[in-house]
Amino acid sequence: MCGENMLIGLAGVLAATAPLIFAVVGETITERAGVINLSLNGLILLSAMGSFAVAVTTDSLVLGFLAGAGIGAAVALVVAFCSITLRQSQVAVGFVLALLCRDLSYFLGNPFMNRPGPVVPSFRLPHALSIDTVTVLSLAAIVLAWVWFFKTRPGLVLRGLGEQPAAAYVRGVPVNRLRYLYTMLGGAVVGLAGPAYSLSVKAGWRGTISGLDGIGWIALAIVIFGGWNPVRAALGAYLFGILQWLGVALQPALPGVPSQVLQVAPFPVMILTLLFVSIGNAEWVARTISRLPLRGRRFLTRALRSLEARPPASLGVPFEG
Amino acid sequence: MNVELRNIQKTFGPVRANDDISLTIPAGTIYGILGENGAGKSTLLKILSGYLRADSGALLLDGRPAVIRSPADGIRHGIGMLHQDPLDFPPMEAVDDFMVGRSGKFFPDRKRACAELGKLAGDFDFSVDPEARVDSLTVGERQQLEIVRLLAIGVRVLILDEPTTGISAGQKQKLFQALRQLSGQGMTIVFVTHKLRDVEELCGQVAVFRQGRLIGETARPFDEGALVRMMFDREFERPHRSRAALGETVLEVRDLSVEDRRLSVSGANLELKRGEIVGLAGMDGSGQELLLRACAGLIRPVGGRVCVSGRNLTRRPYREFLDAGVAYLPAARMEAGLVRGLTVTEHCVLAAGRNNFSIDWTGAERQALKRISDFDIRARPSSPVESLSGGNQQRVLLSLLKEDLRLILLEHPTRGLDIESSIYIWDQLKKRCQNGAGVLFMSSDIDELLQYSDRVVVFFSGRMSAPLDAAGLRAETIGQRIGGVGFE
Repeated sequence: MCGENMLIGLAGVLAATAPLIFAVVGETITERAGVINLSLNGLILLSAMGSFAVAVTTDSLVLGFLAGAGIGAAVALVVAFCSITLRQSQVAVGFVLALLCRDLSYFLGNPFMNRPGPVVPSFRLPHALSIDTVTVLSLAAIVLAWVWFFKTRPGLVLRGLGEQPAAAYVRGVPVNRLRYLYTMLGGAVVGLAGPAYSLSVKAGWRGTISGLDGIGWIALAIVIFGGWNPVRAALGAYLFGILQWLGVALQPALPGVPSQVLQVAPFPVMILTLLFVSIGNAEWVARTISRLPLRGRRFLTRALRSLEARPPASLGVPFEG
Repeated sequence: MNVELRNIQKTFGPVRANDDISLTIPAGTIYGILGENGAGKSTLLKILSGYLRADSGALLLDGRPAVIRSPADGIRHGIGMLHQDPLDFPPMEAVDDFMVGRSGKFFPDRKRACAELGKLAGDFDFSVDPEARVDSLTVGERQQLEIVRLLAIGVRVLILDEPTTGISAGQKQKLFQALRQLSGQGMTIVFVTHKLRDVEELCGQVAVFRQGRLIGETARPFDEGALVRMMFDREFERPHRSRAALGETVLEVRDLSVEDRRLSVSGANLELKRGEIVGLAGMDGSGQELLLRACAGLIRPVGGRVCVSGRNLTRRPYREFLDAGVAYLPAARMEAGLVRGLTVTEHCVLAAGRNNFSIDWTGAERQALKRISDFDIRARPSSPVESLSGGNQQRVLLSLLKEDLRLILLEHPTRGLDIESSIYIWDQLKKRCQNGAGVLFMSSDIDELLQYSDRVVVFFSGRMSAPLDAAGLRAETIGQRIGGVGFE
């Protein structure tokens, strides 16, 4: 019985984390091309509101999701234009957009506040489990992104693009055109996080109390934690989902602990994990390890090296071809 | 393929990088482009490969006009360039790097690419491991990978920009062998260099550039004096070896062990006297830089002792090394030596090391002007250091050194510099020696090691030879020892 509860709980985590998955996979795609889309937080809110509005007006879930992707791509286009064509700071542009889109979503979303809208249905599976299309799509996004990055020719070019655009350029790669493309593609995938909330996980639009504010910043951190690898980033997102779920699930078992503590706990735990994962980059760690006996040293070095993650070398740097 | 450039013009702001250059490069030759830094050689070849666009001028390939506006166009016309700083993807595996930019199936066949890379590399006796990460390869191996990649995409004109900078003597021989082999097969090879020796050894024909102009062309056999006159508009005397009087011991290294992630050096012993110059030879990454940095106080040794002027400074902070009169000039001048974005004047302020709250800018500018004239730096006090040529950057670094130094440590003091700057830098260093400093430097240029050192120490994968007296030492001997002979 307890095991079954556990399973249902984890299936719930899988579904509840789907929007975050879209966000981290989309941002990973963008950053792999060497562009940081820092507007994620506002982008997700705006696409949540916009897709809900479209779905309510047209009564079509599909159009709602398409609207979400469209809004994501549009915001990403602004980032791309400012950073690639105008060569402005990606940090400044992204930051301002994050604030702008957030307030825009609250303002434009007023007419749709608390209106009933369509919700993505879920399918029954054996053992009282259920799954919905959004969850399946989020899983597919992880796999597709991974295959694209590491198994296909265009994915190889994409990795090169973010690493050394000049080297890609001398090989005949249209650097800035591809950067536009991937920034918008990544933005569109991030944009799916919006409807994944407003049409499924947290159905409806409730303005400032939608509880979506902040999720974009978490996603940005998880992309780093994920070492710009979609599978690792997804694991990070699921870890965050599990921690949040534990915060709720453990509450009855731990009556002595204030509920706020459990709600906030995922955040410091995430930070600690981040530290642990990147600790292998520090020189003092390498030095400490080199004093250990040989067998343990090999294992530790290998483990830390496999966790080591470096950003695409040209991340945030405009390229003049 | 015959390449003909007609009336190429290119300006960068006020600088005429290429002034009306017309040049014909016949197929099947190794064509040298010789000139000092900033003569416009690289600019012209970057234009040919499509990396830069000319302001005006025309290009004919095999007599037919061609327009090259991007590297993609260049590749289409069969023109490939090996850039001076390797343009590759450091974190990728060599085989992935090899595949970027090549057309083919959507899901690339790595195994086949590995085999192709291995075969092509084997043809030229290159040693590129397809599974190795690019950043774990030496500069020479990265160059070999890039050459093989250019051949695989079918280039018929191969441009090499300063390919002998930063590679070992053995790799250079392999490179030259491969280039001769390729030119025998009808490949047009353009070899850009500032080293006379390379041209004499390899090229069939040479064009000499000076200050953006084509000064002249000559064919084999070359007259070295004439080439130098064309390059510099004057002649240089080969600097003769001069020995400073040796004084007391300034650096003593005893049983030193240092290590980083890749390599460890243990049991290093060395003694350096005032007025003495000791050169460290060896392939890049054989341990020379570990020793130098340990002597500079930049990395802590695992064991042993470093004494400067009799004071044991082992594991002491860097500050105490500075106070003891130790100076260290890194190979990465722009990354580790100078501060990008700051001007020469601002560097003078930083180097003065005063703690005044406000800065005396007039005084600092006077200082900068004095250094500029003393060290013959071609710059204004307000020039940002990254706008200077490599030779002038090195002069700025030298000019910033304190007066009363005891020990000067240098990594590749003249890497990438032209003859004039190299001679100048060494004149300054020798002057320091006359005044009682000891110089310890590493270099991959065997001629430089023989020319300037009193003694030479050879490194081979973390091991260190006994010091060899440079007088009477032959280049071949050092070359063999760098390759590991005598280390068994």
